[in-house]
Amino acid sequence: MILRLALGSLIARALTVSMTILAIALSVALFLGVEKIRTGAKASFADTISGTDLIVGARSGSVQLLLYSVFRIGNATNNLTWQSYQDIAARPQVDWIVPISLGDSHRQFRVMGTTPAFFERYKYRSGQSLAVQDGAIMDDLFDTVLGADVAATLGYKIGDPIVVSHGLASFSQHKDQPFRVSGILEKTGTPVDRTVIVSLRAIEAIHVDWQSGAQRPGQSTPADVIRNMDLEPQAVSAALVGVKSRLQVFGLQRSINEYPQEPLLAILPGVALQELWQIVGIAETALIAVSAMVVVTALIGMMATIFSSLNERRREMAIFRAMGARPRVVLALLVLEAMLMAALGAILGLAFLYVGLLIGQPLIDSAFGLWLPIEPVTLREIWVLVGVVVAGAIVSMVPALRAYRMSLADGMMVKI
Amino acid sequence: MTETDPILHFEDVRYRWPGRASFGLNIPDLRVARSETVLLLGESGAGKSTLLSLICGTVLAESGRVLVAGQNIAALSAGRRDRFRAEQIGLIFQQFNLLPFASVQDNILLPLRFAPNRRKRVTDMPAEAKRLCIDLGLPQDVLSAKAGALSVGQQQRVAAARALIGTPPMIIADEPTSSLDAATQATFLELLFAQSRAHGTTLLMVSHDARLSSQFDRVIHMADIAKTDRERA
Repeated sequence: MILRLALGSLIARALTVSMTILAIALSVALFLGVEKIRTGAKASFADTISGTDLIVGARSGSVQLLLYSVFRIGNATNNLTWQSYQDIAARPQVDWIVPISLGDSHRQFRVMGTTPAFFERYKYRSGQSLAVQDGAIMDDLFDTVLGADVAATLGYKIGDPIVVSHGLASFSQHKDQPFRVSGILEKTGTPVDRTVIVSLRAIEAIHVDWQSGAQRPGQSTPADVIRNMDLEPQAVSAALVGVKSRLQVFGLQRSINEYPQEPLLAILPGVALQELWQIVGIAETALIAVSAMVVVTALIGMMATIFSSLNERRREMAIFRAMGARPRVVLALLVLEAMLMAALGAILGLAFLYVGLLIGQPLIDSAFGLWLPIEPVTLREIWVLVGVVVAGAIVSMVPALRAYRMSLADGMMVKI
Repeated sequence: MTETDPILHFEDVRYRWPGRASFGLNIPDLRVARSETVLLLGESGAGKSTLLSLICGTVLAESGRVLVAGQNIAALSAGRRDRFRAEQIGLIFQQFNLLPFASVQDNILLPLRFAPNRRKRVTDMPAEAKRLCIDLGLPQDVLSAKAGALSVGQQQRVAAARALIGTPPMIIADEPTSSLDAATQATFLELLFAQSRAHGTTLLMVSHDARLSSQFDRVIHMADIAKTDRERA
């Protein structure tokens, strides 16, 4: 009955109570949403590359190598020579190796030279392979395959010509050797979606007439002539490596890191990701702290609401006292009400979160390439909700204690 | 306690409200017998509310004893005093003091929540609430209605049903008819008397309306039983 009366009292003050519950709900949704985005971003980053045992590049930092080779963020400080690449490829431990050559761009998107093996070996999201949505992978030297976002953003379709710019944000264009869109990949939610993929030979082909970052004046080799040229690259930006046995990963990594011919770096993608998370960990903590403060603010708002209602509820408390309720029943009643409000706010916040995820999931995916999975409520989230209810009970103790003292002073003779 | 002992006994009770312009009350002797109906008359400021607070144990006498059903109220701990009040006294207020957001049934059954012995006397609580409503002239379907949605007369009857449920030995009514019109007042008192007599309940009604005197076994004037004084600030 007491629970029913507490509920009845809350319903009687529906407007202020619903505003309080809404504030708690929004803060809880924000807190859990930040957590979802954080874990989603982490998972999305981790899912970007799967099944690759090592990434090899010129010696720099492991995070830098990971960022430019997988996430197309930043640039390589140096290249890996083709000779070293072939030497590593010939190692008995190596099952497969895929070269990556970066440096050029098309509009705001990176151009990546690679071999057809990339489409076979590159895996994401727990081993998913790339799939062609339209057309086919490169057949001709000047064919290109576009990531889903590139095609969608620039409105390209199969057969459209595209011209690659030299370097990033450059006004020099390889306009003498235009590419033809041969295929468009399905969306992956990875940086591949924002990549223009050409063959490794094509990267060499468009630089035939170039020297030291500029086209030789008056020189323009026809495409048919280039097709018959030896287009073996001098160097690549990085290489993705798969080993035959997981047991050989560390041995191969060590031998590459001690490679005598040139300074190389081999990294384990998972370990480099961990390093990356350590770097962004402070920002992550700050984000969680800010969203937690929003929850605290909402709970303080609830405390203020209870406080402001105390005077108008003196008669209600006096009635309970007259009927034989001890002052501590009055205290418990207010704490119970606060817990009900906090619980309703927490549950509503969870509902807001899932509705938000349902609506926002495809939008966030297309806008940021961030896939936020809609999964059942986790134990951690349940603990967060329990924490909100407990915190609600704790903050309500302040007005509840005041009500306790008021009910002791008023007794049952309040005439308001 | 024997059947002949008074249900209420004030023995040289003195009380002063704390505060600068405080009000003091001195009641040398007051006895109310079991099953007696008593009208306590007094002007505003005569100390009626203080007397009720002393009976209910929400304030304690500075000296003397207040015995309810033979129990010295001051001898009980605060918690036991609250429970004792719930067990022994049914209260009807001038302004009814119902929980407007709660149903009529919840309002009527509320004191039983805090009075286990009263609760034991009621085998079927919803049925008893319904019976009281019918006996007090309320419609049968009123139990599920919100108390705040009832008319003034109906609310006062619900307040009476709340005081009567579980047959407490004593009913204290603090000017219960002052908000009612003459016709409703008469009907209400008739029903209240019928119920209290049916269960042998003591009725102590506080009022300033002397016209009600003829309906009670005894009429007490505050001025005859109590001395008051006010300290100047």
